[in-house]
Amino acid sequence: MTAQTDVAYHARQHGRWHWSEIAFWAIVLACGFIFPSRYLIMTEVVRLALFALSLDLILGYAGIVSLGHAAFFGMGAYCAGLLSAHGLINEPVLALIVAGLAGMVLGFATSFLVIRGVDLTRLMVTLGIALLLEALAERFSDITGGTDGLQGIEMQPLLGLFEFDMFGKTGFFYSLAVLFLLFLLARRIVHSPFGLSLRAIKNNPLRAAAIGIPVNRRLIAIYTIAAFYAGIAGALFTQTTQLASLDVFAFERSADLMLMLVIGGAGYLYGGLLGAAVFKLLQVAFSTITPQYWGFWIGLVLVIIVMVGRQRIHAAALFVPNLILKQIGGRKAVVALTDNEAP
Amino acid sequence: MTAVLTNLFDGVAYGMLLFVLACGLAVTLGLMNFVNLAHGAFAMAGGYVCAVLVNQSGWPFFAALPLAFVASAAIGAALERTLYRHLYARSHLDQVLFSIGLVFMSVAAVDYIMGSSRIFINLPEALQGQFDVFGVGIGRYRLMIVVICGVLTALLQLVLAKTRFGSRLRAAVDDPRAASGLGINVPQVFAFTFAFGCGLAGLGGALSAEILGLDPYFPLKFMIYFLIVVTVGGSSSITGPFLASLLLGIGDVAGKYYVPKMGPFVIYTMMIVILIWRPNGLFGRTAAR
Repeated sequence: MTAQTDVAYHARQHGRWHWSEIAFWAIVLACGFIFPSRYLIMTEVVRLALFALSLDLILGYAGIVSLGHAAFFGMGAYCAGLLSAHGLINEPVLALIVAGLAGMVLGFATSFLVIRGVDLTRLMVTLGIALLLEALAERFSDITGGTDGLQGIEMQPLLGLFEFDMFGKTGFFYSLAVLFLLFLLARRIVHSPFGLSLRAIKNNPLRAAAIGIPVNRRLIAIYTIAAFYAGIAGALFTQTTQLASLDVFAFERSADLMLMLVIGGAGYLYGGLLGAAVFKLLQVAFSTITPQYWGFWIGLVLVIIVMVGRQRIHAAALFVPNLILKQIGGRKAVVALTDNEAP
Repeated sequence: MTAVLTNLFDGVAYGMLLFVLACGLAVTLGLMNFVNLAHGAFAMAGGYVCAVLVNQSGWPFFAALPLAFVASAAIGAALERTLYRHLYARSHLDQVLFSIGLVFMSVAAVDYIMGSSRIFINLPEALQGQFDVFGVGIGRYRLMIVVICGVLTALLQLVLAKTRFGSRLRAAVDDPRAASGLGINVPQVFAFTFAFGCGLAGLGGALSAEILGLDPYFPLKFMIYFLIVVTVGGSSSITGPFLASLLLGIGDVAGKYYVPKMGPFVIYTMMIVILIWRPNGLFGRTAAR
């Protein structure tokens, strides 16, 4: 077997749908029917999951660290809010796509700043961009509504058929459908030759360039795509809560996002989804214990995760499932650990 | 004209304060290459210690200042020995996550203990009000800050350049392996420097309660300012961050005074432009090797 066919074979094996993935989505869909009283919180999880998926694309696959991913989230949120508040585009799906495109344009424009420099510069520049947008939104408060938030967002029925109800049922299934579609797209992207080249860049940009991968162009492309995802997540936020205020750009949002991805593990797409669910559960649990000070416990979780080591935690979390699967299926670890998460 | 000079003076005072707050970070981030976003938490700790001592225990302000330094340095030393030490060799992502976690914890803890409102420190009479020098209004408190921070800066420069400890630190930073081969206890030097930087931040925090405002969200609000000082200033010497903080201080005060509507917009734009233009900082060597 030549090297090329060998690589292609493994890439295809990796790209195939595993039955555990199908089970995962079946469970997610089932949740929508099992817990009809929890639509609002489940919608939030779905939205966070999409946002985390966006960060996973650049952090887990391309190795770009970002402290300001909320910039694109906020862009999408305000864009969807303004479109709806001024009645420019009343169809939610269309507004969603336009908001995603707005995030995408912003992502493309800023990607040139981000791909330059090392980790530290990237952290600073992404953080700076998010803060800049927050300052801008505050400055033009006559358009954005400033700290009070955007007023008068009214959602029209979805596709002209489904009314957004107060229990959030429509919102949940709408968000879930969007998440699933975008997940399929992301899955296709990361298993394509393009996605493989991103992994090569993440592992070693110099070597990647040496074998003929246009490093900068690939990074710009994935950053732009991730910005599109984040914009969609922001638009979903506005559409399902009918709210858009300055805190969509807040630093805490970007930081929480990192936490989600770290909990779930970066670099295998499901990390963001699982992380979002765990994060939300933790947040709810902590805020029932101490409504005002749950930030302390979230911080503690972060510190512990880093001190213990991300890989070790994931290995521990996957130990039991893998053991069971090994007993039943007689095969090695089914839920694969992500490759070289930390150097 | 006099208004311009008054603004300039305020900007200088503000900049010097930023320098004292951030120069510890210049060492950890710039020299030891550790992304410590929690630096502001140490400043906040110092500020609150000072506030409690002055307001509740009735200590004189000038006696409380050294204690703010000591308290922050002690916290810094303890955390360095127990937690930070293990993370020097980790990736930047891990360091960022860890220090964000610390920030969240400190914000919530201070909120829990001290309440969420802004805190003021009762100043002695001598420090209140302002006087005129040739028509230029000079605030007494700001003058004190300029004096204290100026002396500190000169001292720091002296210690780094002239003393044995200074040369050890520089050696440890330049090449830790070679330095330890020469018998320098590198971890100890780093620990001491880290604690000292935290102490300075604590002192800065105590001084800044009057000017920057001290509330539980201090570490988050000013995080970006500290980072700007270090990344823009570079880290080859004390001078780089010092000039950067002066620039930032004057720029911020002037920006707020002359174009109040633009708000912090100017600062962020400046930072991004400078980072793109010279990723290693305006003055000198790389901030991230």
